[in-house]
Amino acid sequence: MTARPKAWLLGGRHYSTAASLALAAPFLVLALVTFILPLASLLHESLFLPAPTLTHYQRALTEPVYLRVMLRTLRIAAAVTVLTLILAWPLAWVMARSSGLKLAVLVASVLLPLWTSVLVRTYAWMVLLQKNGVVNQLLIGSGIIDQPLTLLYTEGAVVLAMSHVLLPFMVLPIYSALRGIPEDYGRAAQMLGASEWATFREVIFPLSLPGVTSGCLMVFLLALGFFVTPALVGGPRQMMIATLVSQQVREMLDWSFAGALVGVLLAFVLLLVLIFKRAVRLDRFVGSA
Amino acid sequence: MSAPARNAPSRNVGRATLGAAAYAVTVFLLLPTLVIAPMSVGPERYLRFPPAGFSLRWYREYFGDADWINATLFSLEAGVIATLAATVIGTMLALALVRGRLPGKGLVELLVIGPVIVPHIALAVAMFLVFEQLRLTGTLLGFAMAHTILALPFVVFTVLAALYRFDVDLERAALSCGAGPFRTFRHVTLPLIAPGVVSAALFAFIISFDEAVVSFFISNLDRKTLPRKMFEDIDYNVSPTLAAVATMLTLLTVAALVGSHLVKSRLDRRTRTNPPSS
Repeated sequence: MTARPKAWLLGGRHYSTAASLALAAPFLVLALVTFILPLASLLHESLFLPAPTLTHYQRALTEPVYLRVMLRTLRIAAAVTVLTLILAWPLAWVMARSSGLKLAVLVASVLLPLWTSVLVRTYAWMVLLQKNGVVNQLLIGSGIIDQPLTLLYTEGAVVLAMSHVLLPFMVLPIYSALRGIPEDYGRAAQMLGASEWATFREVIFPLSLPGVTSGCLMVFLLALGFFVTPALVGGPRQMMIATLVSQQVREMLDWSFAGALVGVLLAFVLLLVLIFKRAVRLDRFVGSA
Repeated sequence: MSAPARNAPSRNVGRATLGAAAYAVTVFLLLPTLVIAPMSVGPERYLRFPPAGFSLRWYREYFGDADWINATLFSLEAGVIATLAATVIGTMLALALVRGRLPGKGLVELLVIGPVIVPHIALAVAMFLVFEQLRLTGTLLGFAMAHTILALPFVVFTVLAALYRFDVDLERAALSCGAGPFRTFRHVTLPLIAPGVVSAALFAFIISFDEAVVSFFISNLDRKTLPRKMFEDIDYNVSPTLAAVATMLTLLTVAALVGSHLVKSRLDRRTRTNPPSS
């Protein structure tokens, strides 16, 4: 037995290049068939069929009908991001300052919805918001209104239901950023004479910004391409880009145009990811679960 | 609150407001899903809150309907295959990323996170296009493959976290004592990352069982998953059978989360009885 470790043991890298490739091979094959090839074919469809052309992209970006869908998608995604941020911050803050049973209850209330079926949660909002649904029953029962309100199939309903579905993606990164701030920082600021509000504004909130950026990016990206919730809660009048893509493929059988819409969506997503590269941290979600 | 609180009443008000807001948000998070459960046991054709009585009629409806049961069984099959595949492939890849010398590592990492960043609608339509040509739409293999690539990022990141958590000296010790890479993996690495692998597998299963968007596009009329069936039914009517299905799915999620927590803390405790490293 030699006392000196062999060179290939250094740095914990004990697999050769060949062995590493063999370990990664199944993933690479799967990724090729289910990810690279499909996306490449769809984009190819949008650019080269029947001949090299940009008309599909031009149509997607200039025709008022489609432009409206794109703008609505951006508006709803932005509204959902803002609403989830407002709802998530206080919860993340209280979680970061809790421990024991209290923390367990709060974490469970974030993780349970995160892992509950998106369809179940969307269905729940439809039940709550429909004409004779729970919300209208409550409002009428308490005498606030006497005619049931149209709540379902409105932009507000889409924003509300999507915020509910995406809220955990905002809470978790902010929580993980806040948990990293030592409690002494706040105390130090106040001992130096800062008011509660000044402490929040000058110390705590700035230190939570990495989490806020990460959460906003995640929620905004997921909201842009969201299909299930807007399709069901929004109905045809509140169409977002995902529903438009689906309609082009399933009803119009227009693959080239659907490909162009996906191309626009992908370009937007990639641009955001490149700008905020450091904020895309999947391990935050997995780590806390 | 102790003595200094007397000097800062505004501080207490601020804290209380923040706390109240936080709890209000947890109610917002939990209530919509939980409100379905009592409504699912109502006897009437229309969902009512509170329910007008107690009846398991809509649960019987679900269990008596071949379409629902077939969709559920198909989801289970696809889920089990995707879970096994994602767990094995993901663990292998995580090992290659941390312990190996992988050319183009950055590119591979980008490819792993790809299915999370690329909107599912884009992936769904793209897969539909290619799967149709490969005759994979509506097949178990097609669903298993699609769900595997979607669950993989979660497996890879969970296993990576588990691999980073223990001291690589333990592996070095085994290797320098003459154990080959396989024996080292089997007797040292695997037991140490087991909690991570088990929880990764559970999450892979939930992701597959729950996946709706890709399934919506790659299914056909006779082979569909439970979420696809739910999607169709929600579109047409908000029926109490759906409430029963939703309630059962929620209970399943609770069971999976509690199970994952128990397995993890038990395995964590077991691995912690080993001599501490470093």
